[in-house]
Amino acid sequence: MAGSTLATGQRTLARLLAPLLCLALAGCASTPLRGTGDLGVVIERASGSVQIVDNSHAQSLARVQGLGDLSHASVVFSPDARYAYVFGRDGAISKVDLLTARLVQRVEQASNSIGGAISSDGRVIAAQNYSPGGVKLFDADSLALLASVPATTGANGQPSRVVGLADLPGKRFAYALFDADEIDVLDASTPTAPKIQRFAHIGKQPYDGLASGDGRYFIAGLYGEDGLALLDSWHADAGVRRILAGYGRGRQALPVYKMPHLRGWSIAGDYAFLPAIGQHEVLVADNRSWAQVATVQVLGQPVFVMAEPGGRRVWVNFAFPDNDKVQVIDVPTRQVIKTLQPGRAILHMEFTARGDAVWLSSRDDNKLLVIDTASFEVRRTLPALEPSGIFFSSRASRMGM
Amino acid sequence: MDSGPVRRRLWLLAWLAASLCQQAAAAPAEARAAALLQLLHKDCGACHGLSLKGGLGSPLTPQALAGKPADSLVATILNGRPGTPMPPWRPFLSEEEAQWLVQLLQQGSAR
Repeated sequence: MAGSTLATGQRTLARLLAPLLCLALAGCASTPLRGTGDLGVVIERASGSVQIVDNSHAQSLARVQGLGDLSHASVVFSPDARYAYVFGRDGAISKVDLLTARLVQRVEQASNSIGGAISSDGRVIAAQNYSPGGVKLFDADSLALLASVPATTGANGQPSRVVGLADLPGKRFAYALFDADEIDVLDASTPTAPKIQRFAHIGKQPYDGLASGDGRYFIAGLYGEDGLALLDSWHADAGVRRILAGYGRGRQALPVYKMPHLRGWSIAGDYAFLPAIGQHEVLVADNRSWAQVATVQVLGQPVFVMAEPGGRRVWVNFAFPDNDKVQVIDVPTRQVIKTLQPGRAILHMEFTARGDAVWLSSRDDNKLLVIDTASFEVRRTLPALEPSGIFFSSRASRMGM
Repeated sequence: MDSGPVRRRLWLLAWLAASLCQQAAAAPAEARAAALLQLLHKDCGACHGLSLKGGLGSPLTPQALAGKPADSLVATILNGRPGTPMPPWRPFLSEEEAQWLVQLLQQGSAR
């Protein structure tokens, strides 16, 4: 009797312990604990995949597949930097777990999309769409639709393509309407019933936008005229004003074989560095008065103009047919101090959080380059399938990224 | 009454001329053809989408291009469209190459 009770007790104990033992073993077998602060996502545009990379050790950790059409893609991160939200060209949002390297969720929310942003509190994902034009808000955990905000133009309510979506402090987003010459600010405090503030006639054909690192300013680049449109969100009632107007000074605009991208760190110290459009120049503006201070001649149509995190230098890549080159501008002297030719079709640049290295993607050479920003030497190259955007998780704690 | 056969012959001539014109877009040599397709999907694709379904640029699918005269599409590629972001590609493409690309796009065989 006593023996059988003991045996039963042992069996029960074994039954209780077995799953624990499995868990412990599984824990040992899987990767050790790690943080996500030095991880990143690289878009592989043709194969619909992303690589998860570790920028402390300049290595690739995993490839995640099944993300659809990534011919244009952008990425934002959850506040804990564990999840990457990838916005694809086909209108899908894919949520990728950086630690388990798995696609945890995917929603197809539009037919043609260009990017998105995450709210300041990390609760709301906003997607900007070309077709149908507008902005949609999603719950960041479940990706459930919270609200759909159409962007319309004209009396008959033609849908407009939405560009330049960026997060502002206080759960707000700013974006521009390419077909309506408008900047809108969306307040997602109540994400199921967002409030929209509209600014009309901001300038012709806004093609992209950026928020300053402090989230105060939103700037839209204009394709249809020489100049940019600036909204000071501290004084939104004062409206949108034109800055750097007439930078081409009547010169013939050169053809643009790829539209510049404004998003990124283009504010270095007291100055903002912005791509001219149709001129092979980087425009330098005072970042409080927004008056033009200088122009820096570069070798082609700038696409990304990105300041190193320390603000001392600004790196520029170029549109076709100069997309095999990168130039580096010294901020104090506003001179090009280096021209690199790192590979064919350099589509993007991303700095490590404190700027020790910059990663470049070379689409046509199927590689990533890790370059030492102090020596300009290539520390490492990594294979990748037609890589485009590179996004490090340090963006998780920055505004306007 | 008599014009029936003449008209038919005219139609036949027109049809022959049209098919000759279509064949005028001769395929470039293999290596150049591959480079042009790369250009189409990668560089045109920057605005028109990798799968050419459109973006900031309009869609280039056979449906979207149906009924548009090939000549005007060729002219758009070579000269761009003033007032829009479409740039002139003449520095990088010959007229024959642009015709070949338009033909592929309209047939939906630009892969």
